[in-house]
Order: sequence, then structure tokens, then C-alpha cells
Amino acid sequence: MSLLEVRNLRADVDGKEILKGLDLTINAGEVHAIMGPNGSGKSTLSYVLAGRDGYEVTGGEVLFDGKDLLEQAADERANDGLFLAFQYPVELPGVAGMTFLREAVNSKRRHNGEDEIDAMGFLKLVRAKAKTLGISDEMLKRAVNVGFSGGEKKRNEALQMAVLEPRMMVLDETDSGLDIDALKVVAEGVNAMRSPDRGILIITHYQRLLDYIVPDKVHVLADGQIQRSGGKELAVELEKKGYAEYIGAAA
Amino acid sequence: MAATAETVDQVQDNSGDKYKYGFVTDIEMDTAPIGLSEDIIRFISAKKEEPEWLLDWRLQAYHRWLEMEEPTWAKVNYPKINFQDIYYYAAPSTKEKPKSLDEVDPELLRTYEKLGIPLREQEVLAGVVAVDAVFDSVSVATTYKGKLEEVGVIFGSFSEAVKTHPELVRKYLGSVVPASDNYYATLNSAVFTDGSFVYIPKGVRCPMELSTYFRINAENTGQFERTLIIAEEGSYVSYLEGCTAPQRDENQLHAAVVELVAMKDAEIKYSTVQNWYPGDETGKGGIYNFVTKRGVCRGANSKISWTQVETGSAITWKYPSCVLQGDNSVGEFYSVAITNNAQQADTGTKMIHVGKNTRSTIISKGISAGKADNTYRGLVKILPRAEGARNYTQCDSLLIGDTCGAHTTPYIESRNPSARVEHEATTSRISEDQLFYCRQRGLNEEDAVGLIVNGFCKEVMKELPMEFAVEAQKLIGISLEGSVG
Repeated sequence: MSLLEVRNLRADVDGKEILKGLDLTINAGEVHAIMGPNGSGKSTLSYVLAGRDGYEVTGGEVLFDGKDLLEQAADERANDGLFLAFQYPVELPGVAGMTFLREAVNSKRRHNGEDEIDAMGFLKLVRAKAKTLGISDEMLKRAVNVGFSGGEKKRNEALQMAVLEPRMMVLDETDSGLDIDALKVVAEGVNAMRSPDRGILIITHYQRLLDYIVPDKVHVLADGQIQRSGGKELAVELEKKGYAEYIGAAA
Repeated sequence: MAATAETVDQVQDNSGDKYKYGFVTDIEMDTAPIGLSEDIIRFISAKKEEPEWLLDWRLQAYHRWLEMEEPTWAKVNYPKINFQDIYYYAAPSTKEKPKSLDEVDPELLRTYEKLGIPLREQEVLAGVVAVDAVFDSVSVATTYKGKLEEVGVIFGSFSEAVKTHPELVRKYLGSVVPASDNYYATLNSAVFTDGSFVYIPKGVRCPMELSTYFRINAENTGQFERTLIIAEEGSYVSYLEGCTAPQRDENQLHAAVVELVAMKDAEIKYSTVQNWYPGDETGKGGIYNFVTKRGVCRGANSKISWTQVETGSAITWKYPSCVLQGDNSVGEFYSVAITNNAQQADTGTKMIHVGKNTRSTIISKGISAGKADNTYRGLVKILPRAEGARNYTQCDSLLIGDTCGAHTTPYIESRNPSARVEHEATTSRISEDQLFYCRQRGLNEEDAVGLIVNGFCKEVMKELPMEFAVEAQKLIGISLEGSVG
């Protein structure tokens, strides 16, 4: 059984149809990349999967681990193991990074019928993961994303991912706003999470990120549909030729 | 703490209702006849076996009150209160005041347990807090008295202090909030029934947090408590009050007076977690909380710090203030006021700078949801002799939804050219982005709102004594239930 199965998905934003019958199958252990021009529906796909308000599904279905994903509230999807790394991580003034992580971990544990995590064990876990991502104790005490540089924000997303250990990760334009060093650190963080029982979906405009996180499959999204699928070589081709032919096809 | 937190959780889980403390305790009560008159005041004074001077003081206040008019300047709306339709005295009926907890009505002890305030000493917050419990009009129990007496700290009910330390009560009662101060304080002076009394002798650092829990139980009963805290030279005390009331359709009046006196080098930290019944979603019922709180920094280098977390009451009218008389004295006011549904709060502080180099800090966080109105009203006054006085004020408002209101009304009066007064204010809302971000990390909507609001209030919450911070954080979440979505 596939981990994530998207069938003929249609969705509106503000009454305008953005996804127009999208199909996508991701098996556990696979890394997929979706590439596409601006306005093709890339971010909409990530928000629809995560269950954001204002993104109205008008047709099709999504199965996550065989369960109807679209039935569930955003927090239920997250607790079932769907993680969205945000293109623009949101600031939470006054909420310490540690506190936020603990709330997230405990929400998931409650959801799974487990006891809340003990304070010492949690601290140890977070510090160990933070170290590999170059995140200092000081940064963990600061309010979530407040005053963070672009690189710090994305590393923070990677830390949340590492601590929450989701089954399915969706990375929305994770490379945007990153210099090459930060890109490498974040890519290493993602690569460290590749595993036979986890699926990863990378949404990106540029091929650059895929030099560091090498995908198993690449899809071209244009005009709300997957126009073409292939192996990692497709990304290289797109980088050379651009999206012109797909935009043409859509028009 | 564990016991308290568990109870909060438990009560939260068991009850489908939003207000968790809305139950009524069925207990035999002694009440004065309804209404207010000289006879009622004599009745209260006689019940409490008070000395002549105190009865005179009450009667003077009463006659003064009759000539006063109810203030209307606050941004709150409510039907006129019929002061003849209130019981001014209600007490659990016992022939004598209980000498130990074993003599306290078990029903009362169960009530406090339900509220998460176990009075049995061995359970009281693992011995770090001493508690005085006030039920309707009288104090029912004070814990850890012995341990406090060893270091000379006097902590107990006000009525008891009138009997055991009349000279102290007489010297300080009305010395900070005069009997003629304002409409509600004057009413309180006439009819106050009980409250807490604290005296910290010279050079003593009070070895534990002192805490009073106020509970209004009886119907149509006003609670008029009076608290007096005196910190002698070089002493320190941290005091916390908590309040709850049953859920009733009628409004109930709570008009308290709190007076603090800090001598040279003394420090008083006064924290409030106010959770009176706020009324239902439509604004029916709830407590009218009209309270006068004031502290005077009488000696040099003294400090008074008010921290309040106001989540309850239908109406809150409250301005804990500091008179900074001693040179170099410090006043602080940290406030979180949450209004949801039809609640109204008009709250803030007054910092009166009298002495040289006096400093004050005001941090106010107002959160408004539903159809509620939340007003910060503050006065910073620098008198001519207050050379080098400084004030910093920060007022932040957070709006949830688009049917609530936040208002900021700061008054500044400076009569000394060397004074420095700073005022900052912001208004923001919880964004849909923030909520979605939290929910994508697994938090449900209410936990997400609680987390964001607690973040917004952080500067104030960190001022609360550790033992109560967790409870207060949960309370913030509970008060805002149903405010989004």
C-alpha cells in the first residue's frame, strides 16, 4: 500500500480552481520532487494536504496510510504524521522554541494514547538533534522564528521535523531565502531523515536543492495537474529548458 | 502544585461548562437581613465582637457613603445596582470559630478541595505556601500559622487581627485607602466582613508564599473583604490571592479594599489570579468586581510590585496603585486582563511619584475576544519634589475576532522637569497564519490560542510566583475557550 495517494484532486482558492485533477502516489521510503512554474499550484497542494482553512477541495481524494486524509482536521493530520515545512515559517512572539516543540510532541503523544514526555528526556532529545543542525541552546530559548534569519528559520523547521519524526514530510520551497551554506545544513537534516518507512515530498521551483537531496522521482506541475513524471534527470532537463513548454501546454 | 494542577485538569475534563468553579456548596449559613442600614453595620460589628472605635469608623464611612455618587467614568455598562437587594453578611454557621481544621465543616473543606486548594497542611503545595481561605464573608481556615509565628510573621484573618493586634490594625487601617476614598472603598469601609492581615517584622524575609483564596458562595451576597499588609523595615513578603464564585444568573457584587505599607528597604510582591464567575455568553450573571488596591512605599528604597491575571468577572473595575513616597522607591504593575464573550474590564494602575529618584514600571497586556471590551486606564503622576523620577509604560492589546474592543487611556501629569516618562502601546491580533502553523504542528485550536496568548503575556506571567504560574497559564487557555472558530 502506498503511503500517500492523491487521486484526481481538485481544489479552489477564493472561488478559483487551482488544482485541476492532480494524481500522485508516494510509497514509503521514496523521495519525490514536484517542480513547476510560479502559480502552477505548488503551494496550494501543500496547504490542501496540510488542511489549511480557505483551501476548498471540490473533488478527488487523498489517502494517507489508507485513511481518508481530507476528512481530518489540520492538527489530526499533523498528529498522524504529516509534516509541512513552511516556505515562510511563522513568528510566535513570546513562545520559546522549547515550549513550542514540547507542546507539539505532547500533542502527538496524547493523540497516540501515550503519556506526556518527561522534561529531562525531552531536553536531551532536543539538544542532540539541535546540535546536528547547528542550533544553539540560546536559539531554542528565543521566541519561535522571532528575529530569526532566513537560514535560522529553515533550520528550525528541520529541527521540528527531526524531533516530531513524521511519516510523511512535505517541504514547501525550503530552499527559498537560503544561502548555500544554510542550504547544505538543511539538506543534510532532510537526508538524515530518509528512511524506508518515511515518504518525502519536495516542492521547489529550482533544481538547486535537488543537488543535495536527490529525489527518486520528479514531477512537473503546471496548470493544476502533473504534466510529466520522470527520474532525477528530469530536474536537470527542466533547469536547462525551463518551464516554457508546460506553460504553453496549459494555455 | 501537583494537587492544584490536577484539580484544574480534572474539573476541566468533567465539566462540559466553560466556567469550572460554578458549583454551589450546600451549607448552613448565618446571614444578616437583606439590605443596608446602620443596624446592619451594627449587626456585622457585633457579630465580629469589634471594639467601639471600629464600629465608629464603619458608621462614619457609612454616612459618608450615603452622600457619595456611584462613579460613571469607567468604560463599563451595567444596570444600576440596588444596594438594598444585597446580603452584607453571610457566614458558614458555627458556634465558634474553628480552632483547628478538624473543626471546620467537612463540606467546606471539600469545596476548597474541588477548587484545587487543599487546606490540610500536609497537602498545601508541599509546604511552600500558607493559605487563608475566605468563604463568603469570613475566613474559615489559615494554614501554617505556627511556622510563621516562629519568625514573628502574623498571617491570618482580618477579624482575628482586630482582636489580637488591635494597635496595628488601628494604626494602619485606612492609612493608604482612606475611608472616604471612593464610592466602593467607602462602602467597603462600612460593611467589610473579613479578609487577610499580614505583618512582617523588621528584617524578616517571609519564609513562604502567603496566599488567600476568596470564594463567594451564597446567593445575592456581596463580598467585601479587606486586606492589610505591613512590611516593616528591610522585610520581604510575597502574597497571592485567588478568587472563584458559583455560576448564578444574578450579578453579585465584590468590592474589596487592599492596603499595602512598605517601610524603608522593604519589599511587597502582591499577585492576584482573579477568576470570579464571568457570566454566560450572553452576559447574564457574573461578578461585579469593583476593587480598590493601593500600596504606599513609605520608606526609602522600598518596593511594591503588583502582578494581576484577571480572567473572570462580568465587570472588572480595578487600579492597583503605588504611592512612591520614599526616595528611590520602586513601583511595578504587571497585568494580564482577559475578556471574552460579554465581559468588560476597565483596569490599570496609578503610579504617584512623590519622592526623589522614584521609579515605576507598568506592563499591561489586554486580551479581548467575543463581544468583550477591555480598557487600560492608567495615571503616572510626578509631583514637584520627585526629582529624577522615571516611568516606563507598555500597553499591548491583543484582539481575537472582530466584535471585541481594546482601549488605552493613559494619563500623564508631570510637575518636575527632570522626570522621564515613556509610554509605548501596540495593538495586534492572532493571525490565521499563527493558528495554522501551530495546528500543523499538532496543537488543537484551543491549545494553539492558549500558547499564542501565553506568549503574548509572557513578560507578566514570569512575574508570578512559580507555584502559580502553571495554574495561571492553564486558566488563560480555559478563559478563551470557544473564542475562535
